[in-house]
Amino acid sequence: MTAALVILALIVLTASAAAMLQRSLIHSALLFVVAWAGIAGFYLWAGAQFAGFAQILVYVGAVSMVVLFAVLLTRQGDRQPWEPTSLARGLKALAVAGALAGVLFGTILATPLEIHELAPPESVTVKQIGESLMGHHAAALLIVGLILTVALIGAVVIASVDNDNPEDAP
Amino acid sequence: MSADVAALPFLERAPIELRDALVAYLPESLQWLVGSLLSIVAILAVFGTLFAFTTIAERKLLGRVQNRPGPNRTGLPWLKGVKLWGLSQPFADAVKAITKEDVVPAGADKLLHFLAPVTVLAFSLLGYAVLPFGRALVGAELDAGLLYFFAAGTATELAIFMAGWSSRNKYSILAAMRALAQLISYELPLILSVVPVVIAAGTLSLPAIVLSQGGWSLGFLPQWHVFTPWGAAGFLIFLVSALAESNRSPFDLPEAESELIAGHLTEYSGFKYALFFMAEYLGLFALSGLGITVFLGGWQAPLPGLEFVPSYLWFLGKLVLMVCFFIWIRGTLLRLRIDQLTRLSWQFLVPLALANLANGVFWALTPGWSGPLALVRWAVSAAIILVPFVLIGRHLGEGRGLRHYTYAT
Repeated sequence: MTAALVILALIVLTASAAAMLQRSLIHSALLFVVAWAGIAGFYLWAGAQFAGFAQILVYVGAVSMVVLFAVLLTRQGDRQPWEPTSLARGLKALAVAGALAGVLFGTILATPLEIHELAPPESVTVKQIGESLMGHHAAALLIVGLILTVALIGAVVIASVDNDNPEDAP
Repeated sequence: MSADVAALPFLERAPIELRDALVAYLPESLQWLVGSLLSIVAILAVFGTLFAFTTIAERKLLGRVQNRPGPNRTGLPWLKGVKLWGLSQPFADAVKAITKEDVVPAGADKLLHFLAPVTVLAFSLLGYAVLPFGRALVGAELDAGLLYFFAAGTATELAIFMAGWSSRNKYSILAAMRALAQLISYELPLILSVVPVVIAAGTLSLPAIVLSQGGWSLGFLPQWHVFTPWGAAGFLIFLVSALAESNRSPFDLPEAESELIAGHLTEYSGFKYALFFMAEYLGLFALSGLGITVFLGGWQAPLPGLEFVPSYLWFLGKLVLMVCFFIWIRGTLLRLRIDQLTRLSWQFLVPLALANLANGVFWALTPGWSGPLALVRWAVSAAIILVPFVLIGRHLGEGRGLRHYTYAT
């Protein structure tokens, strides 16, 4: 079981690292899809069938499409400048990235890791998840739905055609 | 073999018996692995053969629709003069596809160009694992089988995108964009259309959904979900979305031979092209199988007294009928334009699917209405879907009508 976890972790980490290093945006996006699928594999490994399939459906199926669509529609030119424009800018970027890494690693190292032997969790059926979502967590679910709807309407408003501008006329 | 399988009639459990008998010769530790592999080989063999004969059936049926005979010359290599109506054509096609030269464009992204056909075929096969082909024949009984099926199917359009983008061809990249737009548009009505069935059956497990459609009303009418107002509406929405999801005509925009010279397939030849072709049909079979499982009673017999026929034959029969229906559609309807395609989904199918979801909830809340109230239940349920259908249809159709073209005076 641990071997499977190590393989999954390697897949996710390698794909994410490769996605960061790729120059081609499309390759990065496709490598991220591999990383997302690996995370879904981790959910399946942990016995959370529902979360695993939902992860594949949402991330591999839908989010990846939106990312690829955005990349295809906004791609400008073939080669983006790779080097920072000035030394000061590069140093600032390094400082920000270093600060972020420091905060993240500090948090991870400061969090106590409690290891204890757990009894194997009893398998949760989809029905139980549904009842829990619709009962105990109904308010949270509604709020999430509301936020997503607001985001969707906002996106439509931003993307909508401006009738005053003759170039945008359909 | 479990106890409930052993209680079935012989023909029902014959495939399982055969598998277990073959596996019994092996050591204990290998039995599970080889048993699963045998199931996979059986699924591949059956649906591969079905694919081969569907290609010839499609060409022949389309030929008849267009008033020509279709392929009828291919005979058998060792028997001169025997033609069998050209039924060996798919095997000749297979030999041709394998022996053809594999051309990769110089500017192509070699890795993605190679990976695309492999991915598309692999993902189109994943869905078969959870489909219940018969009373005892199901690859993996998952608690969330329906969710698994959709999760497995989503990545096929991703592969089409990979194919289109990696070919470095303007036509191919247009096809990739179209494939993405189509997927985003039709995934939603496809999934929404089966949600009422999940509400009615109370489970995401496909074998349990089939079992929930057992029994007869009035003694002879099967209680399939398609024979309820919400089920009929859901099935129609599912059919349209399934056509779009499997890139079949009239939604074959990514391929579009006449405008995009086969789109993402432009730069593929030989065996890779054959893999795409195969994946397209296998995806169509899988989606048809899901439609049969969810709406058409799965492996259940259509009339009482016909249950002596093994359940997997009923499934196969329904599948063949669905495929013939899809071929008929392809021979009849014209291809949509991309704006018509997205409008059809977002302005028509999604609202209707949402109304149908409310319809399914209404049906699930009123199981006790019997006698004259049953008629009220049917009328209300039919109204919930028909009124939005007419209103949205009228609204969308305003100002549009048949256009008359004059080509010559």
